[in-house]
Amino acid sequence: MHIMEGFLPGPWWQIWFLISAPFVIYGLYQLKMLVRERREALPLLAVAGAFIFVLSSLKLPSVTGSCSHPTGTGLGAILFGPFITSVLALIVLIYQALFLAHGGLTTLGANVFSMGIAGPIIAWLIYRAGMKAGINTFVTVFLAASLADLSTYIVTSMQLALAFPAEVGGFMTSLAAFGTVFAITQVPLAIIEGLVIALVFKYIISARPDLLVRLNVLSESAVDRIRGPAA
Amino acid sequence: MKYGLELVVIGVLVIFAALFLVQNTAIQANLGEGEEAWGGADGAAAEIIEGSGYTPWFDPVWEPPSGEIESLFFSLQAAIGAIVIGYFFGYYRGKKASG
Repeated sequence: MHIMEGFLPGPWWQIWFLISAPFVIYGLYQLKMLVRERREALPLLAVAGAFIFVLSSLKLPSVTGSCSHPTGTGLGAILFGPFITSVLALIVLIYQALFLAHGGLTTLGANVFSMGIAGPIIAWLIYRAGMKAGINTFVTVFLAASLADLSTYIVTSMQLALAFPAEVGGFMTSLAAFGTVFAITQVPLAIIEGLVIALVFKYIISARPDLLVRLNVLSESAVDRIRGPAA
Repeated sequence: MKYGLELVVIGVLVIFAALFLVQNTAIQANLGEGEEAWGGADGAAAEIIEGSGYTPWFDPVWEPPSGEIESLFFSLQAAIGAIVIGYFFGYYRGKKASG
């Protein structure tokens, strides 16, 4: 669920555009390098983008009695890093803003930041830290993807709380109100998203482990360890 | 455990489906006339904001004229993604099988 069209007053919508722009621009640059130097990774890029398309189209009911949708950005962030993922998220957000009146063009900057930048950065950091610490790969992928999903909605709540601080209690009261709406609804969905992405990651390992090694996502020894018992 | 992860995913989905059914019964029982449960979380946030007297300063350039057309575009979005995912996984699998 994104911030709806017209629901961010100035100067907030401009501020979020300014913050998001450098990430997307650097993402476009990285994308250009990827297309030029690692053409063999393009199918994986398409899958990562397609994953955001599928997951962010599924509105799922949550225990709170309202519906929200997962983001699907964790996979892209793990495979290609947060910058390229911000470009993928931008494409989906523009589609939804234009054809579905879901999210919006004026709130695009804020929504790209929460879904395309903040979430993926969290996913990428958790994945890298987990790999370094030698935690089970699938547990790491699960944590990275589900916490990316959750933090997207925490950031959305913060963006709204900044723009609409409560008259009594200010930012924190607003944050609690929006957090209840967004973040708590999101908890079960984040768990499902993490599991689904861990599953897809397993299939990518069995299909193209060589690509993961070349993209520096997994080390060769890690691939051998995971594929060992199955082979 | 070759399919361990798959089993975990199925198990969690079943648990969430069961939770949904229980929760839904409770919610439907307390629902007033004309009220609808399971709306979008963004709609709930919009209500909080509009409750403070704010009116959005910009309207969507185009809005799906009905719920059916909205679901058309959501389905289309999922379908495009699913085709791409299926195509490449199938491509890798076929390539592997033919050596």
